Amino acid sequence: MEAATGTAKPNVSFETSPEKYRHWKLAFDGPVATVSMDVQEDAGLSPDYRLKLNSYDLGVDIELADAIQRIRFEHPEVRTVVITSLKERIFCAGANIFMLRGSTHAWKVNFCKYTNETRLAIEDASEHSGIKFLAALNGICAGGGYELALACDELILVDDGNSAVSLPETPLLGVLPGTGGLTRVVDKRKVRRDLADFFGTIAEGIKGKRAVEWRLVDAVYPTSQFRQRVADRAKALADRSDRPSDAAGIRLNPLNPSIDENRYKYSLVDIEIDRDKRVATLTVSGPIGDAPVSVDQIIAAGDQFWALRAFRELDDALLRLRINEPLIGTVVIKTRGDQRAMLAMDAFLIAHAQHWLLREIINFMKRTLKRLDLTSRSFFALIEPGSCFAGSLFELAIAADRSYMLDDPEQENTIALSGMNGGPLKMSNGLTRLETRFLADPQKVKAALADDGPFDPQEAMAAELISFAPDELDWDDEVRLAIEGRAALSPDALTAMEANLRFAGPETMETKIFGRLTAWQNWIFIRPNAVGEKGALTAYGSQSRPEFDYNRT
Amino acid sequence: MISAEKIPNNVGLSSNKRLQRALEHWQPAYIQWWKEMGPQGFQDYHQVYVRTAVSVDPSGWAHFEYVKLPEYRWGIFLADPVHDRRIGFGDFMGQPVWHEVPGEFRNQLRRLIVTQGDTEPASVEQQRWLGQRCPSLYDLRNLFQVNVEEGRHLWAMVYLLHSYFGRDGRDEAEELLARQSGNRDKPRILDAFNEPIDNWLDFFMFTMFTDRDGKSQLLSLSESSLDPLARTTRFMLTEEAHHMFVGETGVARILERTCQLMKQSGFSEDVRSVGGIDLPTIQKFVNLWFSLSLDLHGNEISTNAASYFANRRQVGRSQRHGGDVRARGGA
Repeated sequence: MEAATGTAKPNVSFETSPEKYRHWKLAFDGPVATVSMDVQEDAGLSPDYRLKLNSYDLGVDIELADAIQRIRFEHPEVRTVVITSLKERIFCAGANIFMLRGSTHAWKVNFCKYTNETRLAIEDASEHSGIKFLAALNGICAGGGYELALACDELILVDDGNSAVSLPETPLLGVLPGTGGLTRVVDKRKVRRDLADFFGTIAEGIKGKRAVEWRLVDAVYPTSQFRQRVADRAKALADRSDRPSDAAGIRLNPLNPSIDENRYKYSLVDIEIDRDKRVATLTVSGPIGDAPVSVDQIIAAGDQFWALRAFRELDDALLRLRINEPLIGTVVIKTRGDQRAMLAMDAFLIAHAQHWLLREIINFMKRTLKRLDLTSRSFFALIEPGSCFAGSLFELAIAADRSYMLDDPEQENTIALSGMNGGPLKMSNGLTRLETRFLADPQKVKAALADDGPFDPQEAMAAELISFAPDELDWDDEVRLAIEGRAALSPDALTAMEANLRFAGPETMETKIFGRLTAWQNWIFIRPNAVGEKGALTAYGSQSRPEFDYNRT
Repeated sequence: MISAEKIPNNVGLSSNKRLQRALEHWQPAYIQWWKEMGPQGFQDYHQVYVRTAVSVDPSGWAHFEYVKLPEYRWGIFLADPVHDRRIGFGDFMGQPVWHEVPGEFRNQLRRLIVTQGDTEPASVEQQRWLGQRCPSLYDLRNLFQVNVEEGRHLWAMVYLLHSYFGRDGRDEAEELLARQSGNRDKPRILDAFNEPIDNWLDFFMFTMFTDRDGKSQLLSLSESSLDPLARTTRFMLTEEAHHMFVGETGVARILERTCQLMKQSGFSEDVRSVGGIDLPTIQKFVNLWFSLSLDLHGNEISTNAASYFANRRQVGRSQRHGGDVRARGGA
C-alpha cells in the first residue's frame, strides 16, 4: 500500500502511452474512437487491493486522462468518443473501496481531485474541441462509474432487467459521490432534486425506463440492439463536429524529466526543492527567438513547440508535486526568458486560435493553469530581472497567491500583458484571472489590457498587477520572511484559505464540484462515521455493520 | 377474481385486500408465463399426476393431494409461527424477530428475495423442453413435480414482495416474469440459471448440485430475522428435498448403467458405442454443474472454474455470461 496510497513518500509517474495501458483499450474507426475500460484486477498501483468489477485507482485514471489527451492531439479526425467497457454486464463499479479505505487522507483527496480534473477535461473537450462523448453503459454503472458517465454528453444504458445506474456511496459507504456525481445530477442533467435525493440513498440504483424518465440517462436499449444504437448515435454526434477529417495529428512523446532527490529537471521547467524549508522553486523558461510564421511550422515542431512543451512539463511537474511531495507546502514561481519572444508567441497563438491544433494547445494551457489554481500549495511569484512574466506566463503571477517584484533602479525588471490574458485562459469560475482579480472594478481589466506595457515595478503596482514591489535593499529579507512565515502556518488552514480566496466571483458547475462537493467529501473523509473504527467505509465488505454517531453537525 | 379456493393458502388471502389487489394483476401474468415458458407440449397432458400442497399442519408438514398437471393449483404457504422467536445471531441477536421489513434493510432484503425468486421460474424455463425426451413416465412425473414446485416457490417469493415491499415489490414481481433464462436481452440474474438444460444428464446434475445449493440458500433464509421470509422458506424446504432426490437417484441410475455396460464390454471405457454415457463425459458434466453451483455462493465474480470446464466441453458456451455480479467493488 505504501508507495501507492501515500503512507510513505509516494513516487507516481503521470506519464503513460497506449502501448503501456493496462486498463483501457483504444480503437479508432474514422471519426469515432472507442475507449474501453478493461481493468486488470491485479495491476493496481498497490498489491494490497484488487481492482475487481472494473473498479479504479489512480493508475487507471492516469491512463484515461492520457487517452483523452492523445485523442485530442494525436487524432484530430476523431469527433465522437464512446466510453464503454469490455467486461460483460459491468460498465464500471467506481473507485475501488479497498484502495480508498487503505489510503491516507491526502491520498484520497488528491485522488479525487485528479479524477475530477480528468472528467472536467472530458467536458472541456466537448465544449471547446468539438469532441462529443457517448457513455455506452453495457452493464452495472455504479458510483464513480456513473460519475464518469455523467461527464459524457450522452448516456445510453443497456436495458437487460439488471443493469442500473447508481450512486450507492451514501447508503453503502457513508461517503459522497464526490467525483462530481451529486453536482452533475442536478446541475448538468437537471434531475429534480427530490428524485436525486431518492436516487442518492438507494444502493441498487435506477434502471430501464425510469432511468430515462428521471433524466439519469438519455436512452435505454435491449442488449440485442445496444451496440448498433450506440454506433448510430456516435455517428450522429460526429456529424455535428467541426474537427478536420484530413489533418494528421501530432505525437505526444515522453517528457523524460530527470528526477533527483531534490530536483525535477525538464527541458523548460525546473523544480528545486529545499526540504529543510519545505519550499520548492519552480522555474519556467519562455520561448526563444522569433515567433513561428505558419501553422505548418507548429505541426512540424509537434510536441517540441514551446507552448505545448512548456505546459506539458508544467502540468506534469504540478502533478508530481501534489502527489509525490506532500511536505513541500510552498512553491516559489519564477520565469526566465525573452518577454518580446513571449508576446510574439502569444500573438501567433491568438491569430491562429481557430486551427484545431492551436485550439488544443491553448485549451491545454488553460487546463494546466486551472490545475495550478487547484493545487493546494502556497504559490508566490518572484518577478526578478531576466524573468519572463509576460502574456501567457504572466498568468502564473496572477494565479499565484501573491507576487513580489524587485524594484531596483539599476536593473530593468518588467512584466507585460497580451491578448492571452484577456480571454482564452479562463479559470474554473468562467472568468479570466484578471477579471477575477478586479471584481470590484472591471474597468481595471480593460485599462491593463489596453496598456501596451511593459510595466515597470511602479507601473505594475499602479495597475495593481502585482502584490508588492520591495526595493533592492529590502528584497532579500522581504522575500525570505514571506516564504518562511508562510511555511510556518497550519497547512490545513492554508489549503482552505487559499481555496476560498482563489475563486472569487460567480459559481459554475466546476467551482461547485471543487468548492462544495469535494470540500464536503474531504470533511466526511476524516469523520469517524466514515473512517472511524466502526465507520461505514471501514465496515464495508467486513462482517460488521457501521455504527454511527447520530448527532447532526 | 382472486379467491382462496383457487389459491390454497394459509396467509389469510380472503381478508387481505392488499395481497388480493396485487395478485389480481400478477396471477393472470403468471398463468400466461406458465403456458408460454412451462413444460412444452404437456400443457394439456392428463397422464401425469402431481402432488399439490393443500394445507400445512402445526409442525410444518404439508398435506398433499394429487391432481393432474393442468389442474395444479399454486398456493401460498408459510410454516407456522414459532412463539417468541428471537434473532439467532449477528448484531441483533436475542431481539424479537421482525414482522415488518425494517427500512434500514429494505434494499438488502428485497435483493435477497428477488435473487432467490428469480431462480425459481428460471429453472422451469431451462427445463421446458425436457419432457419431449424423457427416459420414462417416472422421470416425466418427477420433472413436472419439480417444475410445479419451482413455480410455487416463485409464488412464495412474490407473496413476500407483494406483502412487504409496496410498489417496488409489485414491480419486482412483474420483472420476475419478464426475465427469461438465456434470453440475451433479459437474462436471469444468476449465471447457472442461464445455462441451457437440454438433456437429462444436465437436468440430473442440476437437481443434484444446483438444487443442493438451493437448499443451502433456503436453509439460511429460513433463519432470517424477517419472520415471514423465514416461515416461507421453511415451508419451501419440505419440497426442495424431493428435487435433490430426483437428482441424486438420476445420476446414480446413469452411473449404474454405465458400470453395467463397462462390465459387459470387458471393462472397456468406451460405452458410447453400446449406447451408454462414458465416465469422462459424466465427469465433465459434474465439473460444470459443480462449479456453476459453487459460484452461486459467492458474492464476487468467480465463474472462472466453470468457464474452464465448460470451454473444454463446448468452446465458447459459457462465455455468453460474464459472471454473477452480486457485489460492488467500487464507490
